[in-house]
Amino acid sequence: MNRNGPLALAFHALVVLFVTAPILVVCVVAFTSRGYLSLPTDGLSLRWFYAIGDRPEFLASFRTSLWLAALSSTIAVVLAVPAALAIGRLKFAGRGLLLSLFQSPLMIPHLVLGIALLRFFTEAGLGISGWTLVAGHLVVVFPFALRLILTTSVGLDQQIENAAVSLGASRWTKFRRITLPLILPGVVSGWILSFIQSFDEVTMSVFISTPHTTTLPVRLFLYIQDNIDPLVASVSAILIVLTVIVMVVLDRLFGMERLLVGPGRS
Amino acid sequence: MSAATTDTAIAAPKSAPRERFSATPYLLNLPALLVIGTLLLVPLIMTLILSLHSFGMYTGVTDDISFKNYAEIIQDSYFHEIFLRTFRISLLTTLLCALIGAPEAYILHRMRAPWRSIFLLVMLGPLLISVVARTLGWAMLLGSTGVINQTLTGLGILSAPVQFMYTETGVIIALAHVLMPFMVISVWAALQRLDPQVENAAISLGASPFTVVRRVILPQIMPGILSGSIIVFALAASAFATPAIIGGRRLKVAATLAYDEFLSTLNWPLGAAIAVLLLVGNIIIIVGCNRLVERRYAQVFQ
Repeated sequence: MNRNGPLALAFHALVVLFVTAPILVVCVVAFTSRGYLSLPTDGLSLRWFYAIGDRPEFLASFRTSLWLAALSSTIAVVLAVPAALAIGRLKFAGRGLLLSLFQSPLMIPHLVLGIALLRFFTEAGLGISGWTLVAGHLVVVFPFALRLILTTSVGLDQQIENAAVSLGASRWTKFRRITLPLILPGVVSGWILSFIQSFDEVTMSVFISTPHTTTLPVRLFLYIQDNIDPLVASVSAILIVLTVIVMVVLDRLFGMERLLVGPGRS
Repeated sequence: MSAATTDTAIAAPKSAPRERFSATPYLLNLPALLVIGTLLLVPLIMTLILSLHSFGMYTGVTDDISFKNYAEIIQDSYFHEIFLRTFRISLLTTLLCALIGAPEAYILHRMRAPWRSIFLLVMLGPLLISVVARTLGWAMLLGSTGVINQTLTGLGILSAPVQFMYTETGVIIALAHVLMPFMVISVWAALQRLDPQVENAAISLGASPFTVVRRVILPQIMPGILSGSIIVFALAASAFATPAIIGGRRLKVAATLAYDEFLSTLNWPLGAAIAVLLLVGNIIIIVGCNRLVERRYAQVFQ
């Protein structure tokens, strides 16, 4: 690889500044001691982190978001594993059509999904509850789970499974002892990516949240609509730090490139 | 993140022997088909039907069928302005993303071992951070008492703060930040397919670095830039949280307009009609432009 020239490096520095500035400014403003948005020029204060304690709704929303993300990504993975095994390894009529249907939520604006699901659940007489949120998030995260499980199920060596069957393994034993361990990296990374997608989703959730099941991004969004104060900065800063930790762990475990760009050559 | 899926479209397995009809693949797909089909197709069809109903202040949503809502959107200049603004914002955001993202991906591509993966993480990582948190950062930077204005007036460069909040410029800057990773991913994927020998051949034949980029690199990563642009444009046109926070209630785009019709005015049929237009526009852009790009660059994809 050849080096970048000084001009390229200067451009790169500006882009890095552009990308990181808004994220850093949230984390810095969170430490202000003043009652309004400002950089902590007169010393760092944890005042606004303590202030979160007086607002139990943020903690409740955080809990809602965690449960919602865990439930929807688990259901997505359970549905995606058999589908990925069939689509990735078997030849059948309608295979392409199914794959397009399963990936189509990526093409549909989340706003449209939110409106459509709100109409669907109210018309169906189900009302809006925590379960409707789980259902909505399931639709949104399913393509991500399917994609990552597909990439591992395509490369699966059929001979190993045949060997298991010829040695007398039942279908279930074959799946549990041979197939599942082989596609496990895809299942785990698919679950994690789904979890993050669900945890960050805001546009669709705005439509199908109730006051009791408001997710953290929706709570932040609605709060910011009224006023922006250092409290949202401290909540967001915690969110950012948690995400960065997860990000670094993911990068160590799977490689960010494989997770986001797809299996490349490098 | 629709960028990544286009790359993993799986070709039909060739090794599988042609067998008689088997129910196994259908049974394996059945649970996902039932759940996703019900939660996706039925609600979308219901939204389409809802957009044909009408709404009265006292009658609420009535069950008649007409194209009244669509006619209203087409005729009213208020809606024209909002759709035109959405288009303008999406176009400029796409342009900004391409001008920043494509060169940046190339610079990353040329970096040495540890820096390459570190900065790739810096570029793509924000994708995992909540859109609300990232937009909040821009609200803090761009506000009239925000960091950018305070710094510029403090240094004496500006005499009065520049208004970024509630302006199209502010929305474009924040959206470009939110969507840039998609452009980097797309161009990065195209760069990975590059044969370094072609570049070396150009250099050994006496081409300057600029000529190499213009004549060798750019033509080969153009499909990546274009497919990245399609994704960025589609996501910008339907973006909600960022224009809602930076644009405020007055600077409306199509998505925030639909939100207001649904949750403030409670005119669900009109909101549904806007949503349907947004969806149809999105699909036309994604499918149509992808076709064009694939035809134009057929030789690159082979």
